[in-house]
Amino acid sequence: MTAPKLAPDAAVRKAESRRGVFTAMPAAIYLLIFFCTPLLIIVAYSFGTRTATGSTRLSGWNFDSYERIIDDLVLGIVWRSFWLAGLTTILCLVVGYPFAYYLATRPARIRNILLVLVMIPFWTNGLIRIFAIRFLLGSDGPVSQASSSLGFGEFRILFTPTAVIIGMLYSYLTFMVLPLYVAIERLDWRLVEAARDLYANGGKAFRKVTWPLTRSGVIAGSILVFIPSFGSYVVPEILGGAKTLLLGSYIARQFGQARNWPFGAALSVVLIVAMLIAVVVNQRSAASELTGSSS
Amino acid sequence: MKTKFALLAILAMFAAACGDDGGTDAASAAADCEPGETDGDLSFYNWAEYMDPALIDQFEAEAGISVEYTEYESNEQMLAQIEAGAATYDLVVPSDYMVDTMRQENLLVPLNFDAIPNVANIGDEWTGPPFDPDNEFHVAYQWGTTGLGISYDAWAALGDEEPTWGWVFDPELSGQVAGGVAMLDDAPEAMSAALKYLGYSIGDVMTSGNEDAIREAGALLKETNDRLTKYDSVSYADDLVNGEVDVAHGWSGGFAASLFEADAYETHVYLIPKEGAVRWVDTMAIPTTVEAVCSAHAMMNFLLDAENGAALTNFVYYASPNEAAIPYILPEILEDPGIYPDAATMAKLEFIPQAGDLGLLIQDLFTEAKG
Repeated sequence: MTAPKLAPDAAVRKAESRRGVFTAMPAAIYLLIFFCTPLLIIVAYSFGTRTATGSTRLSGWNFDSYERIIDDLVLGIVWRSFWLAGLTTILCLVVGYPFAYYLATRPARIRNILLVLVMIPFWTNGLIRIFAIRFLLGSDGPVSQASSSLGFGEFRILFTPTAVIIGMLYSYLTFMVLPLYVAIERLDWRLVEAARDLYANGGKAFRKVTWPLTRSGVIAGSILVFIPSFGSYVVPEILGGAKTLLLGSYIARQFGQARNWPFGAALSVVLIVAMLIAVVVNQRSAASELTGSSS
Repeated sequence: MKTKFALLAILAMFAAACGDDGGTDAASAAADCEPGETDGDLSFYNWAEYMDPALIDQFEAEAGISVEYTEYESNEQMLAQIEAGAATYDLVVPSDYMVDTMRQENLLVPLNFDAIPNVANIGDEWTGPPFDPDNEFHVAYQWGTTGLGISYDAWAALGDEEPTWGWVFDPELSGQVAGGVAMLDDAPEAMSAALKYLGYSIGDVMTSGNEDAIREAGALLKETNDRLTKYDSVSYADDLVNGEVDVAHGWSGGFAASLFEADAYETHVYLIPKEGAVRWVDTMAIPTTVEAVCSAHAMMNFLLDAENGAALTNFVYYASPNEAAIPYILPEILEDPGIYPDAATMAKLEFIPQAGDLGLLIQDLFTEAKG
């Protein structure tokens, strides 16, 4: 007699899952057309052949483009990009954590105003904001003028690595602040109070309670900053004077000037796969940590 | 479902890569075009800021068709559009080496010169160039050089000597340029400048496949990298005029436009180094995506008219290959040695040939130079 009792349940579940498929359909179709298809085309091109005039022949499939990636020249560019992305992530974290902490600990009304203020720069196109920074750092810009009127002489920042770091920090800080803000705001402050009641000093309470409980925000923010900065193109080109070639510019160059689409496609594929692995590994470890701490 | 999409995608790709072979049809249609004849609205794909809008209006009024005018920023961008075959452009403006590339890839339609009688206005110098030796696919549009822009102050600091590529490549000279030096972010142009400084002929090195010379120039670029302020192919002239750099490697017309806009003739100047330099010519050509092949011929003929050609040069400040136009060109343009160099300088100018397989080596060396 248990079988007929289960049947309606199963039917309901089935109907529900069918409804789920239908509601997910538009998103799935969208992803298929505008994400999977271009991706497949990139993958196919990465196995193609470049002719002497620079067009791509989609035949005689080969791995030549992938073999070129282990060239010292290319690995040097990858390493430099990795280093810059890492530095950007760390700087964003160092600046962003106290920032987010401050935001999250304000009274609710002020917090919302501050949050809007954080997001306002996003209403302006990123490229325009980078050009604004370029103006600020230029030899005629306010920074240089202030320093020369104070007697420190002309200040040359534009087209140096320092300018690139400033631009990267500025561009990606928000991506770090927002996830951190969410994590810190959700924090149960009674736990911190309990730690203090048990004679933990401020530093220890932070290390033992606040930091572990907000680590999900740190990880999310770091991924959100690291991935775009690894492939960043605009900031090094405009603020760095294109003097050091980074991965994003190098890939763009393959599709433009160098007209080596198979190689550009291969670089993109490797970049995507590497990012995917990093994200999956990160999520796995985050998930195991979560289950580990709850048990 | 998924496999179907993948299949469709791959099919679409092949279609895009192979392109349709519309060239032969268009060529036979072109053979019937009469001078000034039109066969529908014209889609004109040209470089950004490279046209006097009044000329387009005038052509529309005279020909009785409308012109859809769109712009691109680089030869490669234009080429990608034509290769994809998605848009139907009737007329494009490829530079010299790009004519060669497009010709070899069968992306251009042979022209019917009976429909372009004004082609007689083009100077002999511009016919039968290395990139299209039989003059089948192009007519010259505008031309210019790649040299150095400099502030008069920096030039004075360098002792008002004859202009030289040493301002960029000689550490002793470039060290005297207080405001810094910028180079084009363009591998073939940077390589050509280095070759010229080393005393090579660009054409000889490229056509004979002299890799040693190219590597030598690559090493020079690498050595120079640390002393440069920046690489830039877009705002090089504005950077010069705004004082971000004191010496800038760049294209003649770009400097002319920036000097004009900022009224900086008193402070800055464009010069062609004594070792010689790159000259280039942009051309009009009909891509295989053409639909109105006669209209395209009519537009070419219109722009090669003496007065119209002069109007173009008077607007964009590049030199005109149109000899009949010279009486109508503003005297200040004709007298500007940065736009119209004297015969001795002209003799030292060279085209950058389509580098073929050497192109990848040049790109790699430039990448390496940037470190």
